[in-house]
Amino acid sequence: MANKPVTRTASRVTKKRVLSGVHFMNGDEAIAEGAIAAGCTFFAAYPITPQSEIAERMARRLPQVDGVFIQMEDELGAMAAVIGAAWGGVKAMTATSGPGFSLMMENLGLAVMTETPCVIANVQRGAPSTGLPTLVGQGDMMQARWGSHGHYEIIALSPASPQEAFDLTVKAFALSERFRSPVLLMTDEVVGHMYERVEIPEEVPVAPRRKPKAPPDGFLPFKPEEDLVPPMACAGDGYRIHVTGLTHDERGYPAMDAEAHDKLVRRLCEKITRFRDEFTWYEEVMTEDAEVLVISYGISARVSLGGVELARAKGIKAGLLRLITIWPFPDEVIRKFADRVGGLVVVEINLGQIYREVERASGGRVPMRGVFHAGGRIHTPEEVLAGIEEVLECRS
Amino acid sequence: MPIVKHKPKPKPEVLPGVRHPLEKYLRTDRLPHIWCSGCGLGIALSSFLYALEELEIDPDSVAVVSGIGCAGRFAGYVRLDSYHTTHGRAIPFATGLKLAKPDLKVVVFSGDGDLFAIGGNHFIHAARRNVDITVLCVNNFNYGMTGGQVGPTTPIEGRTTTTPYGNFEHPFNLVYLAASAGATYVARWTTLHARRLKESIKEALQHPGFNFIEIISPCPTNFGRRNKLGDALDEMRYYAEKAMIRHGADPAAAEVVPGKEFIVGKFVDTRKPTYLELYRKKVEELFGR
Ligand SMILES: Cc1ncc(C[n+]2csc(CCOP(=O)(O)OP(=O)(O)O)c2C)c(N)n1
Ligand code: SF4
Ligand SMILES: [Mg+2]
Repeated sequence: MANKPVTRTASRVTKKRVLSGVHFMNGDEAIAEGAIAAGCTFFAAYPITPQSEIAERMARRLPQVDGVFIQMEDELGAMAAVIGAAWGGVKAMTATSGPGFSLMMENLGLAVMTETPCVIANVQRGAPSTGLPTLVGQGDMMQARWGSHGHYEIIALSPASPQEAFDLTVKAFALSERFRSPVLLMTDEVVGHMYERVEIPEEVPVAPRRKPKAPPDGFLPFKPEEDLVPPMACAGDGYRIHVTGLTHDERGYPAMDAEAHDKLVRRLCEKITRFRDEFTWYEEVMTEDAEVLVISYGISARVSLGGVELARAKGIKAGLLRLITIWPFPDEVIRKFADRVGGLVVVEINLGQIYREVERASGGRVPMRGVFHAGGRIHTPEEVLAGIEEVLECRS
Repeated sequence: MPIVKHKPKPKPEVLPGVRHPLEKYLRTDRLPHIWCSGCGLGIALSSFLYALEELEIDPDSVAVVSGIGCAGRFAGYVRLDSYHTTHGRAIPFATGLKLAKPDLKVVVFSGDGDLFAIGGNHFIHAARRNVDITVLCVNNFNYGMTGGQVGPTTPIEGRTTTTPYGNFEHPFNLVYLAASAGATYVARWTTLHARRLKESIKEALQHPGFNFIEIISPCPTNFGRRNKLGDALDEMRYYAEKAMIRHGADPAAAEVVPGKEFIVGKFVDTRKPTYLELYRKKVEELFGR
């Protein structure tokens, strides 16, 4: 495998959907290729650093595979166009960074409410506001969870390498179809701009859309199947359905009462939480005998591994739990580890967002330390080591 | 105002087997609608549906996208693939839908505030790109749904709940805006001109490219009442008196000023390649066909 030649594909004109082979590409490009391999044929976005390489790759590649790339006038329009395209029957995606992510929030809620499959990548940079356009951040993790108004559940995945960016993008599309839900790829500037080996497999399956089996007559477009997800009748399929962001009943008609609202919002949440085991992904490194567990995600998890190795070299039994699925938060996984270890260290490029989740899930069972900074650089392994040593100290 | 108590009217007799010609296009199970009596939205809707009927358009081949507002409720009443989206985003939603499913006729049906205040940016860009969609805007000179606030078309001195001393912001002339942004079909009618409006919608539905029709409409509950325009019939009389049909008029000279004559008719009817035509041409060039 390691000897496979690297294929140069960026500038080649090819009608191939899946660029099988070994590539040298950055995380942004890997997201674009992952999307196309997964069957995405519609991409609408507005340029923003450090996302632009995704849009540029899509602009080059989508016309080659019978897809449409459109640079919209803003991220409000990009998110709306993606939802419209999904109802047109295709797999659709957008990508952005913090400022654009903020602009997408209202329509993200529309996608949740109308159960529209789509994928949104956020290549995080230093924030708030315009912040650090070219430098890394992980400060949008809570916005990913709660950024749109109202109570809802969302699926968010966080890749730690270009290879994983490719793989998770493919999975994000599959999850979006499986749950009829928007899926967020919460990556960051460093993973987005980091060039590494990316191996694209021979075949990448295209997840099917759940189409109704029943005939149009009497069809209830928002009546869920057993797994709480309704099949999706797209525009032109002959079902002539009404789709609204208003609270609606199983016919899709507005239903302005508390009972209908509670029923709908609960189902939208439960269709995801009840089946979370299907996609609660994480990686464990040296956890079997770990006394201190470092918990991290994305680029920070890669740095954390360095810190864990430094600790091991000093004889400290440290391990790493790298979260891949961030939302819904893997409470069970955290609880399981919290019962086993003597201290938890959370490493992230914000001032403690996932930290709070770990604290909540572990229920104060074990001492905790956060290794935070606000953005602009990745941590050093030494900072992670210091966190590990601190948590050990407060235990003794 | 005295409250007039109406005697319950006897239900009109429906002959068995006789159907209203528009029934097949309506979600009759959602009637009665939420619109006020005297509102022009019903006329705008029926003009659109008669246009579909007369063109014999397959209902499975047309989709309606609305934003939010009283006009935004159009999507809820048509028995078509219909999308009630977010405030201001009907046009980008429709753009995505059209590009994903080019065979579909995509119609945006919404209000002046939705399309030209919060959604104004999308309007000019969709017109510039010449995306193949038809945009029908019901202009009632205010935000009906939220109780009658000032909007981008409220005339100078117009009374609304947020211009209690009279509006002093310059309003948009929608047909001029549409024409300048590149729309290839631009017309304006009022709800008095139901048949002309229907004919115009028929033209627009068959016209490739970005088509825009402004439908001037009474909002007796809010704008009409606050500006002492009388009831809906008075507003219709006003349209009959002041609306001048002038096809091919200069849209720049077609401002709507209260109390003065205003121009209705077809302002623009041209052809230029649509977004998708140009996109496909690029793809053909790419593969050297
Ligand atoms: C983001 C957002 N802001 C504000 C509103 C509240 N809102 C609903 S309808 C509306 C105005 C609609 O005006 P117009 O488009 O002219 O429609 P009309 O009701 O007059 O037909 C507003 C401001 C909203 N729904 N969403
Ligand atoms: S408020 Fe105005 S626009 Fe809305 S339904 Fe009533 S009359 Fe029509
Ligand atoms: Mg209005």
